[in-house]
Amino acid sequence: MKYTKRSDGRKFDECRPMKAEVGVIKNAVGSARFQIGKTIAIAAVYGPKDLFPKFLQKPHTAVLRCNYNMMAFSGSGERVRPGANRRSKEISLVIEKAFEPVLDLSEFPKAVVDVYIELIQTDAGTRCAGICAASLALADAGFDMKDLVCAISCGLVGDQVVVDLDKTEEDFEGGAVDIPIAMLPRTEEITLLQLDGEISKEQLLKAIEAGKEACKKIYEVQKAALRAKYTVEATQ
Amino acid sequence: MSTLVVEERQVVIPGDTLAEGMDFLPGKGAYREGDHILSSRLGLMNVSGRIINVIPLSGRYVPRRDDVVIGFVKDMSYSSWFVDIGYAYEASLSMKDATADFIERGSSLSDYFAVGEIILTRVNNVTKEGNIDLTMKGPGLRKLIGGKILEITSSKVPRVVGKQGSMISLIKDKTGCNIFAGQNGRIWIHGASPEAEKIASDAILLINEKAHTSGLTKKVEEFLAKHALESQK
Repeated sequence: MKYTKRSDGRKFDECRPMKAEVGVIKNAVGSARFQIGKTIAIAAVYGPKDLFPKFLQKPHTAVLRCNYNMMAFSGSGERVRPGANRRSKEISLVIEKAFEPVLDLSEFPKAVVDVYIELIQTDAGTRCAGICAASLALADAGFDMKDLVCAISCGLVGDQVVVDLDKTEEDFEGGAVDIPIAMLPRTEEITLLQLDGEISKEQLLKAIEAGKEACKKIYEVQKAALRAKYTVEATQ
Repeated sequence: MSTLVVEERQVVIPGDTLAEGMDFLPGKGAYREGDHILSSRLGLMNVSGRIINVIPLSGRYVPRRDDVVIGFVKDMSYSSWFVDIGYAYEASLSMKDATADFIERGSSLSDYFAVGEIILTRVNNVTKEGNIDLTMKGPGLRKLIGGKILEITSSKVPRVVGKQGSMISLIKDKTGCNIFAGQNGRIWIHGASPEAEKIASDAILLINEKAHTSGLTKKVEEFLAKHALESQK
């Protein structure tokens, strides 16, 4: 099925408007809020602290523990049942893995760093918004990171390659393929790649290329947010 | 020829290129990739000689030897106390380092420091595994009784203290409070009245909030002058 015009009038390679802010939760060691379109993620980092039960401890490094959660009122349809479920556990795990190549926690053996990602409003692309927020929160918490992590969903709506699908596009009646990717913007290494649907090799490569370009735009937003926290204070 | 890409004392974020060429060496918060030096931390770029460091602006306290810190006694064993100093791991204060008194076998350690008490203590040793030894031997190290504890970001403690203690003595003079700033970001304030303690703690929170601005001493002076007048009325 043909998909000729996006429902919100964006170009096919255009992201929804983004907004990022660092240091939104005062009691956390580091925190951030990342908004893309109508999807809003808040991430808070706590720790390093002792990890129990003891068998989960790693002797040479701290463990990163992510917790992805969609709030009950966050969706546009039915109430989301609160608490962990199969989907949120899997997403928490892939988010942890997305940070593995950049985050160095070897300074804190046997400890744990907790990242809580709360989605207060959702319109598709939640795990990507969650990764962008968590990346900012971890940097704000002062951990050693080789690079930030940027994430975006790309894919296919009907027969058209697009980036940053919203909920109406994900539910497109002509079929849609959703590919969340996370990338290290400097080296363009991909740390998360999932795929839901059917897509040809050529279109997949095209979608990933488009996603990479979008990630670079996200990187600029993230950089500006981190710098803003300190430069605003300096000019006051 | 090596060049610095970022100016000194600039805010850098993880992944920023700091310098090009092999003449510089990566220090704390920086790493080398090819012939570039990159930042691995959010902080301020600092060059000392050939070494490039990134001084953190945020994050938890990391203890260093000889830091004087404020700790909460969390637990006791037969020969030592376990103290929370705001780090990832609890620090230990052994009997030998806690007091010069002779402690008889079987006597209770809680006569010296009980669980829940707050102590001003010094970091004696930090090992790579995260074991921290504390000591009570040194001038002014003691149990803190009365007053209140304030927690701020540990990297901002130097601003609270000021050059040669100028900022902290300003607050002490104007409010009449006894103040002690631990390197771990915990600040103990003990004043004649709760009102005086409130003014002192508000002044410290103001510093915490505006630590990156210039002319901080003037702002604090104005704040103290304004609030000292209010409390006299």
